[in-house]
Amino acid sequence: MMVSYIYSFGQHEGRVSARNHPQRNQKSARGSAAPAVLFALLIIILVAFSAYSFSARAFRAPAPITTPGAALDHQYNLTLYVTGIVFILVQLALAIAIFRFRDRGQRARFSRGNNAAEIIWTSVTIVVFIVLAFLGRKVWAESRLASPTANAIRIEVTTSQFVYNFRYPGADGKFGRIDPNQISAATGNPLGLDASDPAGKDDIVAPELTVPVDRPVELLIRSQDVVHNFFVRELRLQQDAVPGLTIPLQFTANRTGRYEIVCTQLCGLGHSRMRSFLNVVPEAGYEQFLKQQAAAQ
Amino acid sequence: MSVIPSSSQSVSEAPKGIVRRYIFSTNHKVVGVQYFLLALIAVAIGIVLSLLMRFHVVWPGAHIPFLSGGIMTPEQYLALVTMHGTIMVFFVLTTAPQAGFGNYFLPLQIGAPEMAFPRLNMLSFWGTLVAFVVMLAAFLVPGGGPISGWTAYPPLSALGSISGPGEGLGQTMWIISIAIFCVASLLGAVTFIATTIDMRAPGMKLMRLPLTVWSWFVTAILILMAFSVLLAAGVLLLLDRSAGTSFFIPAGVVVNSQLQNHSGGSPLLWQHLFWFFGHPEVYIAILPGMGVVSHVLSNFSRKPVFGYRVMVFATCAIGFLGFTVWGHHMFISGMSPYSGFAFSLLTLAIGVPSAIKTFNWLGTIWGGKIQFTTAMLFALGFVSLFVTGGLSGLFLAQPALDMVLHATYYVVAHFHIIMAMAAIFGIFSATYFWFPKMFGRMLNERMGKLHFWVTFAGAYCIFMPMHFLGIEGAPRRYADFTGVNYLEPLAPLNHFVTIAAFVTGAAQLIFIFNFFWSLKYGRRASRNPWNSTTLEWTTDSPPPPDNFGGRSPEVYRGAYEFSVPGAPEDFIPQNLPPVKAVPAS
Repeated sequence: MMVSYIYSFGQHEGRVSARNHPQRNQKSARGSAAPAVLFALLIIILVAFSAYSFSARAFRAPAPITTPGAALDHQYNLTLYVTGIVFILVQLALAIAIFRFRDRGQRARFSRGNNAAEIIWTSVTIVVFIVLAFLGRKVWAESRLASPTANAIRIEVTTSQFVYNFRYPGADGKFGRIDPNQISAATGNPLGLDASDPAGKDDIVAPELTVPVDRPVELLIRSQDVVHNFFVRELRLQQDAVPGLTIPLQFTANRTGRYEIVCTQLCGLGHSRMRSFLNVVPEAGYEQFLKQQAAAQ
Repeated sequence: MSVIPSSSQSVSEAPKGIVRRYIFSTNHKVVGVQYFLLALIAVAIGIVLSLLMRFHVVWPGAHIPFLSGGIMTPEQYLALVTMHGTIMVFFVLTTAPQAGFGNYFLPLQIGAPEMAFPRLNMLSFWGTLVAFVVMLAAFLVPGGGPISGWTAYPPLSALGSISGPGEGLGQTMWIISIAIFCVASLLGAVTFIATTIDMRAPGMKLMRLPLTVWSWFVTAILILMAFSVLLAAGVLLLLDRSAGTSFFIPAGVVVNSQLQNHSGGSPLLWQHLFWFFGHPEVYIAILPGMGVVSHVLSNFSRKPVFGYRVMVFATCAIGFLGFTVWGHHMFISGMSPYSGFAFSLLTLAIGVPSAIKTFNWLGTIWGGKIQFTTAMLFALGFVSLFVTGGLSGLFLAQPALDMVLHATYYVVAHFHIIMAMAAIFGIFSATYFWFPKMFGRMLNERMGKLHFWVTFAGAYCIFMPMHFLGIEGAPRRYADFTGVNYLEPLAPLNHFVTIAAFVTGAAQLIFIFNFFWSLKYGRRASRNPWNSTTLEWTTDSPPPPDNFGGRSPEVYRGAYEFSVPGAPEDFIPQNLPPVKAVPAS
């Protein structure tokens, strides 16, 4: 760029350049320090508030009740630190630039860019993102790609507008056949259990999900009508229920308690009222639950 | 690069008669203003809908005077959710930055007298207007507006009124409106692409284009590819509803104990088609804003855009990668968990050009001479919001973390900050920047600044707390927070958000007042009030019907020649010929 420019104003485009002449009376609208100070201050407040409220954990989900859930929290924290640092640095850089380079009558430093800088920040961004992606990948694999445990308790979850139904296979360990024609909430057969299939005779259908603590559970998630969702924040698990699909979801809850199951997929006018409970109970309590339910069916 | 067609003489005079001149006009500037006004009406309606929602979330039992029945029902709330999202995404974020400002300034910035296909372009606007009227009419039909959200997932959206109120005629009208909108957008996109390729003034090489033109051009390509897919998907959904087909409905669907006569379809197919449109749509909304912000930051820092070429490549990279990441909306939808890896990696990949842009924006203002016009304030606000919203996306890009944040208020916070707020800040920046050129008068800067400060603080006050709601597990699209026990302690947060929303909403009245007041009483604008470099500032404010008064500008240099050493002024217009270039000693 060893060329300096000489321009003749007023020949070719004379009319234009004459009217292009700067409107010099606008100094007050532009040069004041007030907007620079106010802007920088707002950004500092934003950074301080965000840094405090995210790091103080004033708002957070309750502790996870599964091992992959704890790993997920770990990945969340890692991502929070990485993005938090970038957030603070970039926002403060913006505030500094706004304050430091406000119009004080100086001349702007002419620069068209800097290839070295572009290469450095692009490479750093790529490395950070790839590391995050691969670490996150492990957590996802742990909770969603593990092969089904042989001794897992299998429970079928059926969603419909705006209820959850949970079906246990009963003593024979087999789910009975389902016939959509026989679905009738009014006659007490909300799932459409086929009366002619003996395997279905001992099936247990319950409005809440009860599982024993420290035992692997495999849910088989289905939907009868529209897309619903199964979300328990303590399990750190969320899965859509899609008509036409049976989607497996595994977990082993390691703490007893009663946790809310909510629907997060817009499913109709009762969406915000669609919920159930997950009861994680001791082994003995689970046996008792099965007995009671079997007697009641 | 073609020379301006000789027929350009014929457009140098505006057609006589008010109808041909201001209503059914083929002039790109009239079409641009029409789009802008349509977006203004749409955004006003969209804001009112969102305020009603925020009101209901906090005071669910309150009596609302003009509502039938007095107290808002869940289906009325969900109709608001659907229409707010649809109106904002389609009729505001797609129309204002691209079709509004793009129509007005693309030909001006490349030195063309008109768009390549002026009649298609006019048709594009009128189609969009018809779509808008049909969309609003969906509120008024029996059953009310559709309740399936702007994403309209089947089977909820495919089964008719049996699946919910609003899912009858309301949903059908929604689909028809979207289909008309798609066709109209395709016409506009074709016009934009042909104009950019074919009608640049002599000397306007690709690497001399303003970054605004680059972003309108890439956005037009995205519109062409994305909206054609949505159009096809919409037609399939309509067939499922009315012709008995089963593209999106599997066998054995039972609603209200009634077995539906469908089989063989897949609800996930719609999600794939929809998000194949829906994710590029995010970039359709934000790319023009990025272009405007690059342009305005350079102008009011009195510095060239830092890394112009890199910015062009980043724009193209975002456009391309935008078509490869749709699956990150579907991590927990039931698609194969293995595909989560691929979509996660690609999603983080698209963060790279976005990060590059952010760094280049900082590079542009660093060392500059920053003039705090309202346009500049909104551009700087855009950068702050873009950083915030981009970083929260790093959580959602990871399928594992998406498992707890998906469909919660965290997502609402994320996409509102990056897609809605940042894009709106881009629109405001463009409005304050170009208003003098469009209407020949300056917007009032004092009111403009007040508008900015309240909106900037308000945007963060509304959407930052929503992250916390999401982290606690509050699902979105809930008509009330009383059905789930763990949501009750979150009421104070919701109150705060609602109050912030009403204050910020009220601040927009300042803008509306400023807009109409300045149209009549604003200070008269000169040709080039901001000391800018690009071609639109070399013609009158507002420009004559053929833009440059019968002559065709010639271009001799890049778009961002600010503070060039040795130049007598701190800006050099693109059309200024170099008289003599001597080597520096």
